[in-house]
Amino acid sequence: MDFRPTDEQQMIIETTRRFVRDEIRPLELDLDPDAGELHPDDADRLQAKTRQMGFYGLDIPEEYGGPGLDTTTRALMAIEMSQHRAGLYNPCYGTFGGAGLAQLYEATDDQKERWLYPTLRGEKRGCFALTEPSGGSDPARAIQTRGYQDGAEWVLNGAKLYISGADKADYALIFARTSDDPGRNGVTAFIVDTDTPGFHVRRVVHTLRATHYATELQFEDLRVPEENILGEVNGGFAIANDRLSRQRIPYAAGCIGPAIQAQEMAIEWAKSRETFGSLLADKQAVQWMIVDNEIDIRHARYCVLEAALKADSGERFRTEAAMAKLVATEAASRVVDRCIQIHGGVGVTKDLPLERWYRELRIRRVGEGPSEVQRLIMARDILGGSFK
Amino acid sequence: MSIRLDKEWLALDRATVDALPAQLGVFHVADDEGTVLTIGYAGARDLFGIRSALEREIERHGAAATRFRYEFTSNYRSRWDELLMLHLHDHGSLPPHQADQAQRVGRLDPQD
Repeated sequence: MDFRPTDEQQMIIETTRRFVRDEIRPLELDLDPDAGELHPDDADRLQAKTRQMGFYGLDIPEEYGGPGLDTTTRALMAIEMSQHRAGLYNPCYGTFGGAGLAQLYEATDDQKERWLYPTLRGEKRGCFALTEPSGGSDPARAIQTRGYQDGAEWVLNGAKLYISGADKADYALIFARTSDDPGRNGVTAFIVDTDTPGFHVRRVVHTLRATHYATELQFEDLRVPEENILGEVNGGFAIANDRLSRQRIPYAAGCIGPAIQAQEMAIEWAKSRETFGSLLADKQAVQWMIVDNEIDIRHARYCVLEAALKADSGERFRTEAAMAKLVATEAASRVVDRCIQIHGGVGVTKDLPLERWYRELRIRRVGEGPSEVQRLIMARDILGGSFK
Repeated sequence: MSIRLDKEWLALDRATVDALPAQLGVFHVADDEGTVLTIGYAGARDLFGIRSALEREIERHGAAATRFRYEFTSNYRSRWDELLMLHLHDHGSLPPHQADQAQRVGRLDPQD
């Protein structure tokens, strides 16, 4: 497997790197250390630039106006785009645009007119409401939100937890149990406008991400027209599951950027900071931490690129994607932890981005399927014989 | 745990503010009637945390601002957004000098 980028990929890497270095990092000098958004004028200006570069809407399929990047190129860009203070969760502060909810590309023409196209034009926002207070790692069994049919409408009752962006969303993709099947065959996906009576954003859930919060939702006799069902009745879990698998590769790639930047900072610090009569870089304890960082970063990069290359070649990539997610999130956490140790006191202050990455990376080991679930996925494939 | 900032009101004067620890957090500044004039936060860019942020409020409102209440939190940004949303829910609008924030924050429908 050849991990060397093509000439075109190398050019994209360098363009993205320059954008982060020249446009994003200077703005962060004046922002709150936990900021998650740019001043609107800066955001508009930089969005115009990414449009000019031909990279706006990175994750939008080509037939809908996106740049048509393959998974490998997208992963390489994610590694570059995340090399700044807010880069883990807000790569380039969203100036490369979003793709909306990927599930809507499978919607009916009418649904696309009502929700997908307005989202791609930046006129509407959606949120993805899957996880419930009863659990998130095993959604097929954990979903307790119920939906029953009443004429041409469905009526939803229940609650969702840790839902991002619901307080600002115009619509939500809600997964509800619509049959007595307790597993994956009893779940339906509904597209629901958030101004529908019975849709409540009950509270904000504060997390390790100091700027961003999740929300808790409650549905009370939320009436949804039949035509708002996405896909088939009782076929919603496949829609949810598809997203969970696809997202693991870019999710993993985005963890590598902060690890690379943390390592660069640690090397610079070690080569300039003197203690007990010599540089930190001359001490074996520090040298070994730097070396372990390098091993972790390369290991994560190889796993991400292997998964991406397999996805691009049309092969099965579920095990590789799970491995990439597990390795990248855990390796990046270790790297940032060591870099804080090398920096000493200043490493835990808000003067440097290390403490933010340290907090946020902890979430990455839980989000989009915790490490244990990734192991479970890999074990099923390896022991089941479907992994070659 | 209440999601509202319902701590005791304190007199907004230099002596009281100077006695606060220089920590990060959120606050309400109000007039004699209890009308909230600012929903604010003290972030990592405030040199002396909540002290610096409240001193700015004294300068902004002058004698009109007579009291404040606060809460220390390192999640000052998300807590600030939460307080803005709660104020919007309870009063329908934000304090005049913060009206533009209404476009940025979301909406909350608390159960209490």
